[in-house]
Amino acid sequence: MIRFEQVDKRYPGGITALADLTLSIESGEMVILSGHSGAGKSTLLKLIPAIERPTQGMVIVNGQNVSALKRAAVPYLRRNLGVIFQDQKLLYDRSVFNNVMLPLAIAGVPPRDAGRRVRAALDKVGLLDREKAMPVALSGGEQQRLAIARAVVARPSILVADEPTAHLDDDTARDIVAVFRSFNQVGVTVLVATHHEALFAPNMTRRITLSHGRLAQ
Amino acid sequence: MKGWLLHHRKAAEQALHRLVATPVNTLLSAMVVGIALALPAGGNMLLVNVQQLAQRIAAAPQLSVFMSLESGKKEVDETESRLRHHPQVRDVRFVPREDTLRRLKQSEGIGEVIESLPRNPFPDAFVVLPRSETPEALETLRAEFVKYPGVEHVQLDSAWVQKLDALLRLARLAVTLLAAALGTALVAVTFNTIRLQILTQDAEIEVSRLLGATDAFIRRPFYYFGALQGLAGGAVAWLVVLCTTLLLRGPVSELASLYGVGFTLYVLPLPESILLFALAALLGWMGAWLSLSRHLHD
Repeated sequence: MIRFEQVDKRYPGGITALADLTLSIESGEMVILSGHSGAGKSTLLKLIPAIERPTQGMVIVNGQNVSALKRAAVPYLRRNLGVIFQDQKLLYDRSVFNNVMLPLAIAGVPPRDAGRRVRAALDKVGLLDREKAMPVALSGGEQQRLAIARAVVARPSILVADEPTAHLDDDTARDIVAVFRSFNQVGVTVLVATHHEALFAPNMTRRITLSHGRLAQ
Repeated sequence: MKGWLLHHRKAAEQALHRLVATPVNTLLSAMVVGIALALPAGGNMLLVNVQQLAQRIAAAPQLSVFMSLESGKKEVDETESRLRHHPQVRDVRFVPREDTLRRLKQSEGIGEVIESLPRNPFPDAFVVLPRSETPEALETLRAEFVKYPGVEHVQLDSAWVQKLDALLRLARLAVTLLAAALGTALVAVTFNTIRLQILTQDAEIEVSRLLGATDAFIRRPFYYFGALQGLAGGAVAWLVVLCTTLLLRGPVSELASLYGVGFTLYVLPLPESILLFALAALLGWMGAWLSLSRHLHD
């Protein structure tokens, strides 16, 4: 489902974020990505929706070589992925409902159908009663759940999240973990970069640890 | 196809929403664009009016052939028959010198002056309507008629119309240049408002890209925004021209009637109005396009 083959990523200025990275994540898996700050977790996640391109090597998502994808094809790759960004990237000028609506508007889903799907997504993360609220009025945990709802509303087969439990207290973080688990249980492949490995019941979940851009053994 | 239509409807709605969300800005931009467009549009309307007036006053060019005062009946008859049998002449009307005198005695102002003259100062004359109305043909006829025995002078009555025509062509060119310059201003105004739009929509553009929006999806609302702003400017221009026309109508008719001409300024007709709106929208769209290619980075 997701395959990295000898991936190098160097940023301008000679900073090596990933070096000779080879890994593979199967369909329906839930994987925790851990490692120290600057280990390359965010970079790894950004290679999947082609936000960054590898300097060398191949990144294959759903059988597609993302590293060689044409610019014009990138939007269609992204529509099949659910991405939760470290800084959430919510739009503060519109309601919760319209934030979740955005991916469906982009995909051209007819409005009536889209409305139903937005409510279903909000229901799954427990925000259905807040659909008219503006994002600033939400708590940190609610904002994170809103980001999740937006990521899953287009029913992607892969869900990628960068530090989704950062800045959340333990109880709220556990809620978020449960949400991810419930998506994984219905067959969604989940890849989460986190410092809170303990929250994800490590004994039940595969864990990939990065250290200085390489897999830690 | 349905999805494509949906995208366009959404983009148009979004653009309209953004215009309505900042009414003061929208109104100011529309005024700037509208007044800039009103100048060439109004100039064009005036030109069309003058042209119509000129055409009505001088329907067909004609030549006036004046006999010399010394020429007798024989020469006049001969000239008449030559003119009548000329292949390039469509019609000839003889104006006897007595008739001219009588007519001018009746006219106001100079009647008394003419009365006081010792003898009739007017020659016999012919008014000739040519078959061909091209300036070259008229000139050839004039040169030919002036050589007829007893003919003193041949006058091209349409000469002033041709001069007016040349003048109008020049004015038309000036209006076109003005339109080009002010059209550029419209593009510049849209360019700038779209630049500001891109800056304020920065977050939305970034997030949309991350969620899989194509370039077309991101650009579409801006195109609609530019076109709608242009259209609003076109509407302002149209109103300005309309109001000006209606205000000028009375005084112009009055002036015309003093010169003995019945004349009413006509309002911008439908095809020209549509052209004005279409052009305004197109220029707005162009401004958006320029701004997007300059300011929208990947």
